[in-house]
Amino acid sequence: MPVENAIITHGHADHARAGHQNVLATQNTIDIMKIRYGHKCANSFQSLEYHKPLKINDLTITFFPAGHILGSAQILIENTHNRLLITGDYKTSSDSSCQSFELVECDQLITEATFGLPVFQHPKPENEIKKIINAFERSEKKTYIIGAYALGKSQRVIKLLRDIGYNDTIFLHGSQVKICDYYASQGIDLGKLEPVAHKKNKDFEGKIVIAPPSALKDKWSRRFSEPVICYASGWMSIKQRAKQSLVEIPLIISDHCDWNELTATIKKCKTKTVWVTHGREDALVYWCKKEDINAKPLYVQGREEEQ
Amino acid sequence: MKKFSLLLEKLLFTPSRNRKKSALKEYIANTPDPDRGYALAAITGDFKMKNITASFYHELIKEHVDYELFKMSYDYVGDLAETISLIWPNTSENNLYELSLRKFIELISKKSKPKQKEIIFDLMNKSDANERWSMIKLTTGGFRIGVSAKLVKLALAEYGNKSIEDIERIWHGLSYPYLDLFAWLENKSPKPKIKFSDMFHPMMLANPINEEKDFNNLKPSEFFAELKWDGIRVQLVLDNENKKIYSRTGDDISKSFPDILCNVNGNAVLDGELLVGNNFKALPFNSLQKRLNRKNPQKKIISEIPAFVRLYDIIFEDGKDLRDLPLSKRRQLLSDWLKLNPSNRLDISEIIEFKDWNELRQIKIETTEKFNQEGLMIKSKNSLYLSGRPRGHWFKWKKNPLFLDTILMYAQRGHGKRSSYYSDFTFGVWNNNNIVPIGKAYFGFTDEELKKLDDWVRKNTIKRFGPVREVHKELVLEIAFDSINESKRHKSGIALRFPRIHRIRWDKPVKETDYLKDIKKLFNFEF
Repeated sequence: MPVENAIITHGHADHARAGHQNVLATQNTIDIMKIRYGHKCANSFQSLEYHKPLKINDLTITFFPAGHILGSAQILIENTHNRLLITGDYKTSSDSSCQSFELVECDQLITEATFGLPVFQHPKPENEIKKIINAFERSEKKTYIIGAYALGKSQRVIKLLRDIGYNDTIFLHGSQVKICDYYASQGIDLGKLEPVAHKKNKDFEGKIVIAPPSALKDKWSRRFSEPVICYASGWMSIKQRAKQSLVEIPLIISDHCDWNELTATIKKCKTKTVWVTHGREDALVYWCKKEDINAKPLYVQGREEEQ
Repeated sequence: MKKFSLLLEKLLFTPSRNRKKSALKEYIANTPDPDRGYALAAITGDFKMKNITASFYHELIKEHVDYELFKMSYDYVGDLAETISLIWPNTSENNLYELSLRKFIELISKKSKPKQKEIIFDLMNKSDANERWSMIKLTTGGFRIGVSAKLVKLALAEYGNKSIEDIERIWHGLSYPYLDLFAWLENKSPKPKIKFSDMFHPMMLANPINEEKDFNNLKPSEFFAELKWDGIRVQLVLDNENKKIYSRTGDDISKSFPDILCNVNGNAVLDGELLVGNNFKALPFNSLQKRLNRKNPQKKIISEIPAFVRLYDIIFEDGKDLRDLPLSKRRQLLSDWLKLNPSNRLDISEIIEFKDWNELRQIKIETTEKFNQEGLMIKSKNSLYLSGRPRGHWFKWKKNPLFLDTILMYAQRGHGKRSSYYSDFTFGVWNNNNIVPIGKAYFGFTDEELKKLDDWVRKNTIKRFGPVREVHKELVLEIAFDSINESKRHKSGIALRFPRIHRIRWDKPVKETDYLKDIKKLFNFEF
C-alpha cells in the first residue's frame, strides 16, 4: 500500500515495496530497493546511519542494527515521555553477513513473532551447514541445490560455508547474482561465485548451487542430473513440513529470532508494553502476560498469513 | 539412539523407495544385534512399549513445560512426538550421550510409571531434538516416515539374498529382535522353523479390475467368480485346542468372536469373510460393527448378532502347506475339509462360473443392484496362494459408487505429512432449516485440491475447538460412497460406507444440496 512517507526496516518484499513518495531507510536498504525495484521505485530517498538521531517535529528517529540482513534496522521513535521501538525482522544470534543486532531499551516494543512458539529453538547454524559437507563426502556425483531466499539467506548460507572452510566455487541461480555482487561490494567476502547459466551438467557434479526456493520445484532444477534438494529455513525444524516441501536435506537456518531469542529480548529491553506482529502472536502475548508485561497482538495492514 | 535417530531422519527425508531400502540395508549391515532387530520392529510397528502412551507424554510435558504454550504448539505442529521433541528446553548437556536401543529398552522396561518418567526426563535432557523425537516414537509407535513393513522385508531379503516370499511366509512367526532371522540371512544357521499354528499367514489380496485392459487380456475360462461380501476378511488358524482368528492385518481378534471359535474344530488354516447373521444370512456391515472391537462380548449380543465365517480358501491342512497348489485344487480340499469338520459357523462362498465377461457383467449388475452386494471377486483357477497383492491372479470388481451433494461443516488437521493441512472433513446435509453431519472423509482429493481446501478452511473459520475448525456453511462437497445404512450412532440416523470426496463443487450454492428426508426416501429408510 503506497504511502507518502515510509520508514523501511529492510529490503525484503513484504517490508519494502515500490511506489512510496518518500523513503527513509539505511543506505544498504535504499541500495537494495533500487537493485530490486529500479532507481525510481520511490520519489525521494533519504538515508540515515545507524545510531544517528533524526529529528522530525517533536519526535526523534534512530536506527539500530537488527541483525536480520544487510542494512536491516530497528526503528526507535522517541519523544520526551516515551521510547517506542519497532524491531522489524530481527535476530540476535551471530551472522557474519550483516551488521549485528543491538539491544535497545524502550518503553514500548513492537516485535515480530515469525517463530513465536516455543517449539522453535534454532540449532547452531554452523552445525546445520555441516550437514551439506557431510553429505558431500558420501556422494561426489550429486549436485546439492540449496533453496535460499535471494536477499539475505543466500549470502548468509554462502558465508557460513566459507566460514567452515568450503572454498570451492559456488554456483548461483540467475536471480541471486545481483544481490551477491552487492554484498561483495559492501565488503562481505563471499568467495568465488559463478552463475549457473551456459554450463554443462558435469560442471555441477559434487558442487553446491544456490537457488531461490521457488526454483526447486521448477523446470529449472531438472538440468542437474542427480540433484539433492536442500532448503535453508527456520521452518525446516518441523520435520513433516520440511517433508511436504520435498526437501532431502533440511537446513534449519533462520534469519529470525527463535522463541528463546524473542523472550530474552523482551525481558532485556525492559519494555512495559509489547505489541506482537508478523507471525504466531497468541503464544508470545500469552507469555508476556504471564511475565506481567502488557501485550496484545497487532495485525498489520497488507500482510497475509504466509505458509 | 543417535544412530537410530539418524536412520529415521534419513528414511523420512529420502523420497525414493530404492534409496530408503538402501539406507535400511546399510543400517542392518552396520548395526549389531539386538539393536538392529529392535529398530526394524519399531519401524514395522511390531515393537512399542505398551504402557507408554500419548497420555504418558502429556503428563510428562505438563510437569516440565507451560501446558498452554504446549497446546498452542501442538496445534501448530500437529504431531505429539515432534512437538515435545522441539519444545523440550535445549541445554548444554544435549547431545553428549550415546545409548544403545537395547540399553534404552532395558532401562525403562518393567519400571513403575513414576520411575519411567524420571528416566525419560533424564534422557530427554541428554538428547538433541532428533533423538528425543526418535525416543518418543520408539516408545509410542506411529513413525509416519513413509516406510512400510513390506519395504523393511524387501531390505532384509536383499540384505540376505533370500526371496521375499520366503521372508513373508515366516515373518509373522518371528519375534524381535529377530536373532534367528539375521543368523539365517547371514548364512550362519538354517531358516527359522515355525509351526503353522504359531503365526498368522500373510493373506493374498486382490487388485481392482481394469475393465478395458484386463478383460481383453484375460481368458474367462481360466477364472471363476465369487460374491464380494461386505464383512471383514479373516484367517482362522485351527490346531485342535489352539484356535485363533486373525484380521487381514494379522491382529488377533479371537476374543471378540468366542461364538465362532467354540463352534469350529480341526487342524487347518482357513481364509474367509467374517459376517454376522442367523442361518448364514449376512446382515449389513453396520450390524457387524456392533461386534467389532468388543472383547469378551456378552451372551445377549452374541445371540442377537451371531457371527460366522464364509470360507474362501484353505492354506494349511494337518500341518501341510497348501499354498503352492492351484486354487481349484485348494477349493476341492476346502469342501472336503468342511465335510469332515462341519460347523454351524462355517459355510463356503459359492463359486460362480461364467462363459464370458459379458455374462459376468450381467451377474454383477443383478447382484449389486438387486441384492445390494458389494461387487464380485474374480480369481484365476490356477492361482497359487501368494502373500500381498500379486498382479494378475485375483481381481475385485466393485459396484459403481453412489453420490450425494453435501455441505462442509468442520475440518480437522491431518497427521503425518498432512499434519499442517486441514484434511479431515466433516460434511452434512439439510434437515429442515438446519444442517446435520452425516459423515467424515479424508481422501478422494488431489494434493492441489487439498491445498485449496486447507486455504478455504483457514479463511472461513467461524469457531475453533482444539484441532477442529467449524467453517461457514458455504462449500459443497460431492461425496462418493459405496453404500448407505441406518445408524443409531449418528444424529442424522444414516451412515455412509467408504465416503470420499468425489468433487469439490466450488460453483454450487449450498441451497441446492441434498435434504436428509429425500436421502432417506431415496434409500427406502423409515422416518
